[in-house]
Amino acid sequence: MIELTNVSRWYGNVVAVNDVTMTLGPGVTGLLGPNGAGKTTLLHMMAGFLAPSRGTVTVNGEPAWRNPAVYRHLGLVSEREAVHGFLSAREFVLASARLHKLADPAAAAQRALDLVEMTGAQDRRIDTYSKGMRQRTRVAAALVHEPDVLLLDEPFNGMDPRQRLHMMELLDRLGAAGRTILFSSHILEEVEQVSGTVQVIVAGRLAASGDYRRIRRLMTNRPHVFAVQSSDDRALAVALMRQASVAGVELDRAGLTVRAGDYGTFTRALPKVALAEGIRVQRLLPSDESLESVFSYLVEA
Amino acid sequence: MNGTIAWITARGLFGRRRFLLLLPLPVLMIGLGVICRAAGVVPEEWGDAVILGLGFAVMLPVVSLIVGTGVLGSEIDDGTVVHVLAKPLPRREIIFAKLAVAVGVTTLTVAIPMYVVGVLAHSVGLGLGLVGASAVGAAAYCALFLALSLVTRRPVLLGLVYILLWEGLLGNIVRGTRVLSIQQYVVTLADEMSPTLLLEGKVSVVLAAVMSALFFLGATALAVNRLRSFSVAGETS
Repeated sequence: MIELTNVSRWYGNVVAVNDVTMTLGPGVTGLLGPNGAGKTTLLHMMAGFLAPSRGTVTVNGEPAWRNPAVYRHLGLVSEREAVHGFLSAREFVLASARLHKLADPAAAAQRALDLVEMTGAQDRRIDTYSKGMRQRTRVAAALVHEPDVLLLDEPFNGMDPRQRLHMMELLDRLGAAGRTILFSSHILEEVEQVSGTVQVIVAGRLAASGDYRRIRRLMTNRPHVFAVQSSDDRALAVALMRQASVAGVELDRAGLTVRAGDYGTFTRALPKVALAEGIRVQRLLPSDESLESVFSYLVEA
Repeated sequence: MNGTIAWITARGLFGRRRFLLLLPLPVLMIGLGVICRAAGVVPEEWGDAVILGLGFAVMLPVVSLIVGTGVLGSEIDDGTVVHVLAKPLPRREIIFAKLAVAVGVTTLTVAIPMYVVGVLAHSVGLGLGLVGASAVGAAAYCALFLALSLVTRRPVLLGLVYILLWEGLLGNIVRGTRVLSIQQYVVTLADEMSPTLLLEGKVSVVLAAVMSALFFLGATALAVNRLRSFSVAGETS
């Protein structure tokens, strides 16, 4: 269990994390936010690699900073893909087990490698691995002492879809087994597929937290702006204005700019309207799909 | 002393290409000794230049700098240090293991050419004296440079400034700086262990012994303390 109470962290004049309070319990939690929002800073404070400028961070009731004892219950997979490339996966995980002073390091290392399905390549140098294999090796090293808490910083970055799926399944399994898993991501879909709960962080502040379905709904039901071009823009504009899901239509030489109340209803209604009026839609472009706009909307909500 | 950390450190040290930098100076040193001896130059004429000018003033500190900043500094640079730090280990255990490897490797690298040159220039006695003094120097230098790699992001640069400006330049001009110069301690100790006319200590033996120990212990304590509050730079910095 991780508890953050009024945690802030600043670098000089720059505030990276601003008054964040959260409690993380068993299960998988996604830490979602755009790049530069302070996710890594937050994770580093939880992992004892950074002192909070203000507030307290505890892992299982113990302070994380200047307290190596927390690593008995905590595993960290950092974003930087730094591994001792001159070792093999087995040597690397075995060294981790030994550093944890486990009773039977060899068995623990083997179990961890099994868990991430790295036994096939375990005797090759890590230098020769693909990105996904390295990531799995690092997860194995972080799991070798079976920690209650596992922190992962952008674990899916640079993975191909198959590796991603595999990692998601692994996190799911670990979460279901009662461990506290926190992983950060800037991609909503990743968080959606793995985690039950989400903490959204924007510009250093905790913007939303709770069940991902609620946040997902907030995100998909937000107003959208679409650029539409059709065979008869004026007629389409009139027809669209009758739709409840449309908040406004603007007509100019380039086509229509449609403000829709929510994404799903509008995109389902548009083809029906066009079909009924006998208008051909040539172009439909959502115009504010940047992640930042999604997040800034969430902050307002 | 943590065997696993020592093992990883040693593999990291020998696994990097930087390790090859250790070879030229000892080879040069032995080569010069052999050439001078073969050419029949009297040791009084070349002993000081090779042993002091090359050995103690350049080879010992430079090898210590490469190794001392390499054992932890290179792990900090590439981020692998996080793997070692994310373990429930007292920080002193990590520093002791790294320091032991650094001092061991440096002593081995420096002592062999020192011994060879000592024998060529004078006697086995001088050779052994140089080996002993080199070991003391390696311990003090490595502790200093290891601590530097935790104090600054540019440990090699700062280390070079210490070696070249403080010890090399100021040590010859301003006498007072000798009190804080590991090189002077090493020369004094070598001269004390096997007195010859080739070397001449410029500080007192007691001062050399006490200050070497102080450098070693002080730098080690500093390193342990700095590692306790080691921060990983966040994405904003």
